[in-house]
Amino acid sequence: MLGRNKHQKPPMTARIERPLSPHIQTYRWTLTMALSIVHRATGIALYVGTLLLVWWLVAAASGPAAYAHVQAFSSSIIGRLIVFGYTWALMHHMLSGIRHFVWDLGYGFKANEREALTWGALIGGIALTVLIWIIAYANGGGR
Amino acid sequence: MSFDESHGSPKRPSMRTPLGRVRNLGAAHAGTSDFWRQRITGVAMTLLMIPALVIIMMLLGRNQVYAAQTLSSIPVAVILLLFIFASVWHMKIGMQVVIEDYVHNEKLKLTAIMLNNFFSVAVALASTYAILKLSSGV
Repeated sequence: MLGRNKHQKPPMTARIERPLSPHIQTYRWTLTMALSIVHRATGIALYVGTLLLVWWLVAAASGPAAYAHVQAFSSSIIGRLIVFGYTWALMHHMLSGIRHFVWDLGYGFKANEREALTWGALIGGIALTVLIWIIAYANGGGR
Repeated sequence: MSFDESHGSPKRPSMRTPLGRVRNLGAAHAGTSDFWRQRITGVAMTLLMIPALVIIMMLLGRNQVYAAQTLSSIPVAVILLLFIFASVWHMKIGMQVVIEDYVHNEKLKLTAIMLNNFFSVAVALASTYAILKLSSGV
């Protein structure tokens, strides 16, 4: 039966035994897992938020009328909330990223160390955001 | 007889598949250059964060004339250009990693990666053009 040969599987497809790991829902939810997702989420938010940066710079280059629109937005309640959220995303992503630099250099892998770094990024991000907004208001941002 | 003498012993099987050994560099079809650039741009932005925040603080509540004057000064323009260059490169790589992780349809993935490049380049060029226009005083 010559015609059947082309439908036969080639002989070199022997499966190699290799370790498999279960998917994410098997594991207990940990702080580092949650913050890993927050790192991505803040990164995506900052990506979209660069449109605000572009709008601000282009408006400054366009003239007083365009700049007044940006200022009307940034002094509105919704505008302030967005910029506040953007400040937190930036500060959190930066500190969380510094945590990744520590890991890249080969430090901070013990259970207590990685927990401490992660809490540091979480609390530090909120603290820096509040600090920046206090300075901004003290510096005339409330005008 | 061993398929792969350079990776592990017969007791500890290699994590690499035969297909993986043939195709080498994985789904991204590239090496570690993006990983390294992600770190360079991340360090750059961390260093530039305080100067960038100071510039924004200087302009809070000020009008367009003052903002245009400040943004056209050389140190301010250079700091912002560096910050934008690092940010855009960093976010382009970061978004590409997200796309490669979650978008499994090849055509959709390539489309998303293209749109990511277009968006990132547009953000970079629009902001750079605005700063250069302010600096040239036209």
